[in-house]
Amino acid sequence: MNDPIIKFDKVIKRFGDLTVLDELDFEVGRGEKVSIIGPSGSGKSTVLRILMTLEGIEGGVVTVNGEPLWHEQGPDGLKPASEAHLRKMRAQLGMVFQQFNLFPHMTVLRNITEAPVKVLGLSKAEARERAEELLELVGLADQAQKYPHQLSGGQQQRVGIARALAMRPNVLLFDEPTSALDPELVGEVLTVIGRLAEEHDLTMLLVTHEMRFAREISDRVCFFDQGQIREEGAPEELFTDPKEDRTREFLKAVLD
Amino acid sequence: MLFGFEWDLSSPATYAASILPILLIGMWVTIQATVIGFAVALALGLIWAVLKAAPFRVISWPASLMTEFIRDTPLLVQLFFLYYVLPEYGIVLPAFMTGTLALGIQYSAYTSEVYRAGIEAVAKDQHEAARALNLSASRTFTHIVVPQAVPRIVPAMGNYLVSIMKDVPVLSVVTVLEMLNVAKIVGDRTFNYLVPLSMVGGLYLVMTLVASAGVRLLDGWLPKQGIPLK
Repeated sequence: MNDPIIKFDKVIKRFGDLTVLDELDFEVGRGEKVSIIGPSGSGKSTVLRILMTLEGIEGGVVTVNGEPLWHEQGPDGLKPASEAHLRKMRAQLGMVFQQFNLFPHMTVLRNITEAPVKVLGLSKAEARERAEELLELVGLADQAQKYPHQLSGGQQQRVGIARALAMRPNVLLFDEPTSALDPELVGEVLTVIGRLAEEHDLTMLLVTHEMRFAREISDRVCFFDQGQIREEGAPEELFTDPKEDRTREFLKAVLD
Repeated sequence: MLFGFEWDLSSPATYAASILPILLIGMWVTIQATVIGFAVALALGLIWAVLKAAPFRVISWPASLMTEFIRDTPLLVQLFFLYYVLPEYGIVLPAFMTGTLALGIQYSAYTSEVYRAGIEAVAKDQHEAARALNLSASRTFTHIVVPQAVPRIVPAMGNYLVSIMKDVPVLSVVTVLEMLNVAKIVGDRTFNYLVPLSMVGGLYLVMTLVASAGVRLLDGWLPKQGIPLK
């Protein structure tokens, strides 16, 4: 892949004695929509959390837009990143959380405008305008003044998507965005994500258990197992004709 | 006669009525000591909590040691220390100031723990969301953590308000004319302790009930999910 926007080079992540990512090599191209599937504990979410700088790494190098994420250039090679460097790098990424993580004491509008005003320095009017466009996009134009607890889970997650988009990231990370939702609310969130994937050149990285959805929207699907990518490929290929036994077993278990 | 009011000992009822204004003057002192002591406890407790949460041990350890020391020594010892020892070093404070300061310092050790628990109770996912949005640490603290911590700490702080109120009589040992001290002086002069001391009990009950009701009202009025930001 030439000029990938995200690159993991032999990345190691451990929690105590447990190795979650074992010299992982992984790349995502500009504008590419990549789904990550795999059993629980395989390190799928960790990949997103490292990119969002919520978890550090123990080895290897992660590069975003050609610049190391967890390191910066020192006089004698790479040194661990300072908070200032992380802040700069973080601005390129946005995240949608499994549990939405909305701020419960803020209205929907304030949830979306808080960071654009305080971090990007937009005026309140500009931020409000941007938020209203985004609420339109996720189909919640009339809910701006409500508080998160007054909304359904599906609506909350759509606010979560609007909040992340308001920072205009180059890469949007979705961490099991529908796993915490009642089954009847999953569809509305997937519709919004699907529309984003279709209409925007945003790079999207999606960890999900929704196999059919992953197949529909992804340019590429990666099957994670034990901290490594076991198999990857175009969705048609991976879902219909998996090469690895482990992939076949997993798909059989989740699709039946 | 005390504070310009004469007592009328012709019957318990007239006696009670005649000394009520005297006791109310004492009660006003009690209320002032409570409010000022509580304010000191709230402010100083927050400072302790921030120091104890500091990432550097040279700051957090002495702060922890101090609050532990304050918590594990009696209020009376601290009060005597402030009242009798400080003047030896040229620091002379009025009895009322010394007393309220001692109350505030003692309770700051308790309120610091309430703050800590309230701050820690704000879920990790809120910090992660703030980080993902690149909000600064200070902005996260003031606009994400504090508004959500406040409703959680109000009930516990309310308990300490009532406790401080009930500890104010300790100040009588350093001559502060709070309500119990006033009642005792009235008893000493009239040789009737039953009426003034019973009245102190009754008035205390009224004060603590009102304070508790106020805290409950505030608690019910604050939304559980945090102080709303539009």
